[in-house]
Amino acid sequence: MTYAVTDLACRRGQVTVLRGVSFALAPGEALVLRGPNGSGKTTLLRTLAGLTPPVEGAVDPETCAYVAHADGLKGQLTVAENLAFWARIFGTADIGPAVGAFDLGPLLHRRAADLSAGQKRRTSLARLPLTGRPVWLLDEPTVSLDTETVARFGQVVAGHLAAGGMAVLATHIDLGLPETRALDVSRFAAARQEPAATSDPFAEAVE
Amino acid sequence: MIALLLRDLRLATRAGGGFGLGLAFFLILATLVPLGVGPETDRLAPIGPGILWLGALLACLLSLDRIFALDLEDGSLDLLATAPIPLEGVATVKALAHWLTTGLPLTVVAPALSLLFFLPTTALPWLVLSLLIGTPALSWLGTFGAALTVGLKRGSLLLSLLVLPLYIPTLVFGAEVVRRGAEGLPVGTPLAVLAAITLGCFALLPFASAAALRINLR
Repeated sequence: MTYAVTDLACRRGQVTVLRGVSFALAPGEALVLRGPNGSGKTTLLRTLAGLTPPVEGAVDPETCAYVAHADGLKGQLTVAENLAFWARIFGTADIGPAVGAFDLGPLLHRRAADLSAGQKRRTSLARLPLTGRPVWLLDEPTVSLDTETVARFGQVVAGHLAAGGMAVLATHIDLGLPETRALDVSRFAAARQEPAATSDPFAEAVE
Repeated sequence: MIALLLRDLRLATRAGGGFGLGLAFFLILATLVPLGVGPETDRLAPIGPGILWLGALLACLLSLDRIFALDLEDGSLDLLATAPIPLEGVATVKALAHWLTTGLPLTVVAPALSLLFFLPTTALPWLVLSLLIGTPALSWLGTFGAALTVGLKRGSLLLSLLVLPLYIPTLVFGAEVVRRGAEGLPVGTPLAVLAAITLGCFALLPFASAAALRINLR
């Protein structure tokens, strides 16, 4: 199966940020989103993940696993409890492979609150294989990771691609992936139209 | 969904989870009122049902802002929204977890506290029954309010202002059940209205809460 979007228009708040976003990914391909800060990389990823409804076009969030800036870990729970929770939510039985891939074995019984920023990030990324979804949406996944872990993460993503998965990444770091294409997001920048001052305050709620 | 419920219950009972906060508040309130009003039976017994119900309501209010705010802060709410559970289900589980950690303990300790108000023993079954039927509505309305205000700075104050007026019918009919029970009058009508409010919450608020969450997450 391929993953494609055509003529997607994305918004952040009331403002349409991107228009006419189109791309297609074949199994095993990764798409790296480029563009300066504020060009709409996160907005595009949130739209693809189904968190922000697109202004135009359609997305298929059911096939996507999303990693955001925030780690989404519960500090009072251990690493194993955090991962087991997400595994059950996504209907995956075994957290073992994900733990192995990110070398989380020694951390399994530590509380997430006691981890360093990089260890939290690793735990958060270990959730990706647990989702069992083909398209990974990665928003700056390597923040606070050391070079060794970045390389390890690159291998995990490469393994996912080799197994027929796909990935859309917003990153400035080279993960050493074989099949990557770059997509410059600033190409799709929509002409900034501020919403009319008299716009209906309920429009957002009912649309 | 069971995984989410178990996680929320586990989080509530771990350090800093806030389990027992509402319960402790309820205990203190029910102890302070007889101290403030004076220990006379003929003064405490008539106000007992109202005070106990008011205490339950305020105790529920205490932990409402945690329902979604903590998940939003650490990013779990975004991930839950992309998970294969519908947001309606997430809201239902959150309301259920809130009730299990707040409404249910309140219902269990209420008979013991009613001794402080010299409530006649004939009123006790009605006190427990009214709380058992009424407190789920408090949790549901609170979950809806929390979904509306999630992501707002200082949202907990706004949450209280939004939710308290919605609590009025439950308070009126809940206290009425206990009062009538204490006086030996038939309780059928207020009990039926109380149950109707709760059932209405169950029917409507999952969808309203999920819609509010979707708007706040975009």
